[in-house]
Amino acid sequence: MEKFHALTGLVAPLDRANVDTDAIIPKQFLKSIKRSGFGQNLFDEWRYLEHGEPGMDPVQRRLNPDFVLNQPRFQGAQILLARANFGCGSSREHAPWSLQDYGFRVIIAPSFADIFFNNCFKIGLLPVILEAEAVDRLFEEVKSTSGYKLAVDLQQQIVVTPDNTIYKFEVDSFRKHCLLNGLDEIGLTLQHAEKIRQFELKRKAEQPWLFA
Amino acid sequence: MQQTLYDKLWDQHWVHSESAEPDSMALIYIDRHLVHEVTSPQAFESLKLAGRKPWRLSSILAVADHNVPTTDRSYGIHDPISRLQVDTLDQNCDELGITEFKMNDLRQGIVHVIGPEQGATLPGMTVVCGDSHTSTHGAFGCLAFGIGTSEVEHVLATQCLLMKKSKVMNITVEGELGFGVTAKDIALAIIGKIGTAGGTGYAIEFSGSAIRALSMEGRMTLCNMAIEAGARAGMVAVDDITIDYIKGRPFAPQGELWDKAITYWRTLHSDDGAAFDREIILEAAQIEPQVTWGTSPEMVTTIDGVVPDPAAVNDEVKRHDMQQALKYMGLVANTPIQQIKLDKVFIGSCTNSRIEDLRAAANVIKGKHVAATIKLALVVPGSGLVKKQAEEEGLDRIFRAAGFEWREPGCSMCLAMNDDRLESGERCASTSNRNFEGRQGPGGRTHLVSPAMAAAAAVAGHFVDVRKINN
Repeated sequence: MEKFHALTGLVAPLDRANVDTDAIIPKQFLKSIKRSGFGQNLFDEWRYLEHGEPGMDPVQRRLNPDFVLNQPRFQGAQILLARANFGCGSSREHAPWSLQDYGFRVIIAPSFADIFFNNCFKIGLLPVILEAEAVDRLFEEVKSTSGYKLAVDLQQQIVVTPDNTIYKFEVDSFRKHCLLNGLDEIGLTLQHAEKIRQFELKRKAEQPWLFA
Repeated sequence: MQQTLYDKLWDQHWVHSESAEPDSMALIYIDRHLVHEVTSPQAFESLKLAGRKPWRLSSILAVADHNVPTTDRSYGIHDPISRLQVDTLDQNCDELGITEFKMNDLRQGIVHVIGPEQGATLPGMTVVCGDSHTSTHGAFGCLAFGIGTSEVEHVLATQCLLMKKSKVMNITVEGELGFGVTAKDIALAIIGKIGTAGGTGYAIEFSGSAIRALSMEGRMTLCNMAIEAGARAGMVAVDDITIDYIKGRPFAPQGELWDKAITYWRTLHSDDGAAFDREIILEAAQIEPQVTWGTSPEMVTTIDGVVPDPAAVNDEVKRHDMQQALKYMGLVANTPIQQIKLDKVFIGSCTNSRIEDLRAAANVIKGKHVAATIKLALVVPGSGLVKKQAEEEGLDRIFRAAGFEWREPGCSMCLAMNDDRLESGERCASTSNRNFEGRQGPGGRTHLVSPAMAAAAAVAGHFVDVRKINN
């Protein structure tokens, strides 16, 4: 997993609530058996003027000039500012993969869907929950300020605006530890392999039908 | 101390906590791991690259459902990318010795239909799958939830998941459902009430006399859509209906083990007086047939309703989202739902493709015909065994005589990963679970309804009140 410590990055605003994983990465791209290359199809239906299919050369496709990520001022954005319930819908990890592959390292929103939120931590993409009022203010600022950047510091659990307003955010201590150190969760869990085996033996004795 | 069903299931599967804090990440043991072709290839690949093997093969059941064609399968899958994904699942399962129902196996079907159908989903289990609709299995008094691909790999490698305990919401539905009102309408009415993020951070238990009266098929429909209310898991306590459904199924225990199992299963309910973090109460008699009008399942109203007017909404973000939804859906505010004309009808998906769903739809269309303006009306049974049973009951003949196409099992037009899809601008009455933009095909417009309502709409060519046509 990719490590995450701190980042000062350009912010792109996606001003709609309930952005679902079908919108983040449409289903035709889930047919890939690879983990990479999804960035070019992030928000595909919104980003391009014609319908996309796997294998199309993105350079040959017509961009939708109205879509926020296509505007010149947001090129190179590493922080996505979003609205409530971001990432709702399917469990596809392709959604965080595509955001990360596109270049995002942090998503800030007032709330996230549970599975999406969880999936982000598994790959080193940091989802930050801020109060709705703070998110409202950030939307106003990013829309009115060209080159608007935020500093996100995971160690200190803060987001800092250009005028030095500091927003604190919560993050589970174990997830933070894994993210700061880029740890392989499977490797960590396997340190408890003996405990899992003991649990399994007990379970097998109590509920043998589960092991038939 | 009185425990909720969720507390009992959590305690039963708890292996380890990362810290002594009450909300610490914990290792939870997984009893059943269901696998399909879309979210597993990268997990199998990483597992192999790390030199790891599945922890317990007998916990895994695999099936291809998202990419499979629903028409003649004797020529295989013609889309090379879909074919590669299904072939990759076959190869991974063959190599590792994982039980898989292959595409031409009679037992093949949608993963959330075949688990229960086989008795592979049993009360008291933790059930996971790289699919958000895994919440379906909670109908059996399971802790069942969808996971991402990294977690699929984690479960393969360790038989456990790292997770935080959820809050628990109790949604009680009391009384009797009206004629023509189904579990699907309960689900949509709940989502309309609490919103698609209403269940975020919660596991939802469904209780009350209206839930107890539901068949297992109905309970599965309801739990299936818990995720559309934002809850990763939905669940219903075990009772006689649960136990009767499981008895005699291929993976279910038998003989002495059966007796032992049901003694335990009967403890799988929330204790009287157990405390929930949130309580919602609905009156069954107040629930009417539901139809979604927008691009989120919470954008829903009743069959007697009208398309709402964004101008009447104060919240700016919400108003903007409604305007966007109406534009996408090609609808005008204040249009009566019953005047919305349809192009296609889809009866299927992990929400509504079980035998009871097909019977309900067949009952509505028997002796009638699909309207001439409907371009395509599809029935896609949830599994080969559902299809077989329906054919034995003569349902296929009723559907075909009415002008429906009768297809092979799979996810089909719920998410249009195969050839079954809406063309841009087409409008569909669908028994599936998501009306997101592009879900059933780019530019396609989805209205979520129950099977009976979809069947009635197919006959009329527009939405109608199923309670009135059957009288």
